Amino acid sequence: MSMPAYFTTKDKIWHYTFRVICFAIFFFLLAPILIMIPLSFNAQPFFTFTREMLTLNPEGYSLRWYQDFFSSDSWMRSIRNSFVIGIAATIVSTTLGTLAALGLSRSEMPAKGLIMGILISPMIVPLIISAAGMFFFFSSINIAQTYLGVILAHAALGTPFVVITVTATLVGFDQSLTRAAANLGASPTRTFFKITMPLILPGVISGALFAFITSFDEIVVVLFVAGVEQRTIPREMWSGIREDISPTILAVATILVMISIALLTVVELLRRRGERLRGLSPQ
Amino acid sequence: MSSKIKLIGLSSALSVMALSAAAQDPVSLTIVSWGGAYTASQQRAYHEPYMEMNPHVTIINDDGSANALAGLRAQAQAGNVTWDLVDMLPSDAQLACDEGIILQIDHDEMLAAAPDGTPASEDFLPGSLGECFIPQIVYSTVLTYRPDAFPEDNQPSSIADLFDVENFPGRRALQDRPGTNLEWALYADGVDPDDIYDVLATPEGVDRAFAKLDTIKDHIVFWTEGAQAPQLLADGEVAFATGYNGRMFDAIEVEGMNADIIWDGQVVEWDGWVVPADGPNLDLVMEYLYFATDTQRLADQAKFISYGPARASSAALVGEHADLGIDMGPHMPTAPENYFSPIVLDNDFWVDYGDELRERFANWMLQ
Amino acid sequence: MAMADATDQHGAPTDSKGRLLTSDGTPLRRALERANRRRKLTALALVGPLLAFILIFFAFPIAQMMWRSVDNPQVVDALPRTLEALQAWDGRDVPPEPVFAALHADMMEDLDRTRREQKFGPLGIRLNYELSAARSAISRTARSVPGFEAPYRDAFTDAHRLWGQPELWRVIKREGRPLTLSYYVAALDREYDEFGDIVKRDENRRIYVNLFGRTLALSLAITFMTFLLGFPIAYYLSILPMRHANLLMIAVLLPFWTSLLVRTSAWIVLLQQQGVINNTLVALGIIGDDGRFSLIYNQTGTIIAMTHILLPFMVLPLYSVMRTIPPSYMRAAKSLGATPWTAFRRVYFPQTLPGIGAGGVLVFIISIGYYITPALVGGQSGRMISNEIARHIQQSLNWGLAAALGTMLLVGVLVLYWLYNRLVGADSLKLG
Repeated sequence: MSMPAYFTTKDKIWHYTFRVICFAIFFFLLAPILIMIPLSFNAQPFFTFTREMLTLNPEGYSLRWYQDFFSSDSWMRSIRNSFVIGIAATIVSTTLGTLAALGLSRSEMPAKGLIMGILISPMIVPLIISAAGMFFFFSSINIAQTYLGVILAHAALGTPFVVITVTATLVGFDQSLTRAAANLGASPTRTFFKITMPLILPGVISGALFAFITSFDEIVVVLFVAGVEQRTIPREMWSGIREDISPTILAVATILVMISIALLTVVELLRRRGERLRGLSPQ
Repeated sequence: MSSKIKLIGLSSALSVMALSAAAQDPVSLTIVSWGGAYTASQQRAYHEPYMEMNPHVTIINDDGSANALAGLRAQAQAGNVTWDLVDMLPSDAQLACDEGIILQIDHDEMLAAAPDGTPASEDFLPGSLGECFIPQIVYSTVLTYRPDAFPEDNQPSSIADLFDVENFPGRRALQDRPGTNLEWALYADGVDPDDIYDVLATPEGVDRAFAKLDTIKDHIVFWTEGAQAPQLLADGEVAFATGYNGRMFDAIEVEGMNADIIWDGQVVEWDGWVVPADGPNLDLVMEYLYFATDTQRLADQAKFISYGPARASSAALVGEHADLGIDMGPHMPTAPENYFSPIVLDNDFWVDYGDELRERFANWMLQ
Repeated sequence: MAMADATDQHGAPTDSKGRLLTSDGTPLRRALERANRRRKLTALALVGPLLAFILIFFAFPIAQMMWRSVDNPQVVDALPRTLEALQAWDGRDVPPEPVFAALHADMMEDLDRTRREQKFGPLGIRLNYELSAARSAISRTARSVPGFEAPYRDAFTDAHRLWGQPELWRVIKREGRPLTLSYYVAALDREYDEFGDIVKRDENRRIYVNLFGRTLALSLAITFMTFLLGFPIAYYLSILPMRHANLLMIAVLLPFWTSLLVRTSAWIVLLQQQGVINNTLVALGIIGDDGRFSLIYNQTGTIIAMTHILLPFMVLPLYSVMRTIPPSYMRAAKSLGATPWTAFRRVYFPQTLPGIGAGGVLVFIISIGYYITPALVGGQSGRMISNEIARHIQQSLNWGLAAALGTMLLVGVLVLYWLYNRLVGADSLKLG
């Protein structure tokens, strides 16, 4: 934004002060995440920049924490678990959530508000309460400390995001298209896969990503429901932080930040593509 | 049930026979413990030798001991017990025992006698055995201080000095729970170690303990996790810190922290095994326990971590630290030169009064 | 991307006059009704699987947990005879001999049960919540009860002093009902007095009300901080050209997509005594080595870390509202002679209120139930109610009290959510 010519000195001071404040806040948002990246290459087991690091002496840097990470059975298992649980939970929540969103978008849907409220509730209820409830219930039906239990729990937590994103996509969805397809003799299944699916796909995918990241990042339910076999990355990090916080945590954190950047990029691309497809783009 | 237990006891007594009989089917035992260095010491002293003798057994470590009570109760209520053996504190064990969710132990029948034939119930340190509890180690909460925080001719040497801010100024790191702190307040106030719990069971005694704590209130830093206490000392944050003797040993002997332990008034507590009732591999667990709690094995654990073995007969076998080569004997809480005025933590008392005192302590901390 | 009413699709043949018939002769109205019903069923069938899934694996477990806050089977199960004998007791003095005889009979019966079935262990633990040392009164007595002989009253009072005190008996009589409110009474820092009235606890034992208060205060502080930091950058993003705004938006979205544990450990790295901030300040000579700030393991730590973690939840709704405010309003106000400050305060700010409300309630709801970050960086003073709930479930085993605290928290959050819904509509929850 360029500065209008009629700005007074006071305006100018304010103009610059405001930008400084804003960039300080952006700094506050990003710096903590970014500062871990160089620290994860620290050759020493400290959380601070050593003299060698500051003088860019190569001896101050090492990959030892990454080696620790990649050679540790429990970290490797936790990665596998995070993906297995995350993907399975995403499949369950995306399937159920997409179907439900299709139903909820129909004008004939009875008791829409109530049902929507129930379906959204996993997002609203404090996690500690969901986790406690699931801990008791899953124990009583013998699926606590099993993959099935953790997957079902994460699927429940992920569905609201799928329901919300897919219903949002359906808002801009022109129902006359499906009617046209039906009139032209397409079966409902064919209509769904040929007409509906391609149009809502961006919503489904971003909902699925939200569901995945929900599971991938979730720890409270894992603390209560998972056993030692089902430990995920956040659960290992939790132990690491509580016991002795070594820079291995920072190496893991750096890898996770990279994953977040990748996911963020995908979601952003999808959102733009979706808006373009539905002609909603403001630009 | 009781006949089943007898059977198990018999089978473990004849473990050699059981061993050869069970040598075929691969089986895994899930053992719940505290994680970190503690689980590592068990892994090296108990699990690895046992697995070597019994190649068909795989031991899976679960570091869920901090929340083991909840897990045990949930598994028992669901009738689906997946844990084979759990390491826990005796006060937790007492609760679980009251609920009937862990097995009662006949120590003489189920555990090995000392090499000289002394039955287990006499070999384990007095007061350590519980109805459902098999002690492994004795550990203590000790007072530690930085010598450089005080002039050379005026070094602290007793619990009373912790409460003497005039002669020993500086901040004090205490654990954020009532246990140990209330005992020490009374001890420093002149109560005999043997009478502490009788006094603490009365409302006046509790008031007295809190009044004593009030005198140092402004100088206290609270710690929560065991690793924080030595850290605070090492950083020079505090002049005194209370902490587990094993952690303090590591910090002083391994990491070279400049600090000294005051053994006066050490609060002695046990830690040990409980067996979940209806566990999936009870026979095998009993066999493992018979092995892992014998005199030699308990002495071996002290090679890897500075906690004392819970058997009297193990004391003589405690040797050098496996990695450091330090003679571990003098670092044991139970070494005679350290064990001159111990306060033995009364678990029955804490099960009874723990809730109430914890509430009051939480309230006091935030005032 | 807001979700609104699906488009109306009833628009079939609208030129109906009188009773049109379909080709097979059924009245059009009935055919339409039938079609309508079918569509309704289809819609339900689509929603059904998820609804069932959420009800079974989410709603039911929570309801079951809440039930634990009033469920009270221990005394009724263990002491049927004693409770009957206690019915005539006035609650003043130690009960008469028949009550002790009934207690003896109940205990003897319990000893015949297998260990897993025994009722007196759970009974002792249950009574201990109400009266300290009641547990050992039960367990010590149970060990010696087979040797008791009439009159039982002396035998019991010899075995444990509490049997000779009316207090224990009052607790037994009061809790001798299958449902109880006493967990809620305890969760509100209250207790029953000797007349059975609910009174405040001793001041030095009140903790939960304070904890709720602290949770509210911390959540408010965090909400306010996110507003303070979120408002300027949301405004700045909203006045930038879209391309630049999208780029800077990454600064908001990257934390949003980064693992909670990662962000929490980042703050531990930064804030601890030997952490980056303190070390930098010491290295720059701003503070001495012994003057390091305590930024973590206290309320400061909780507030800083949670403000960072929840800031995106404030910025995103604010931004989407601010985008829709035409800049011409401000210009008009200024050209009519308002100072920039007045124009901002009187014209611009009021239009951002829906965004502030949405972001504020969202941040507040999330922070009030937060568990992980306070547990890791909060120390003692930065703990919140969730941490206490977790402690009672995992460590103290007082599941009834945990359920009571949890139910109170849940009701509070649902009320807030209802308010939020009234304010902005849940449908406008935006994701990224």
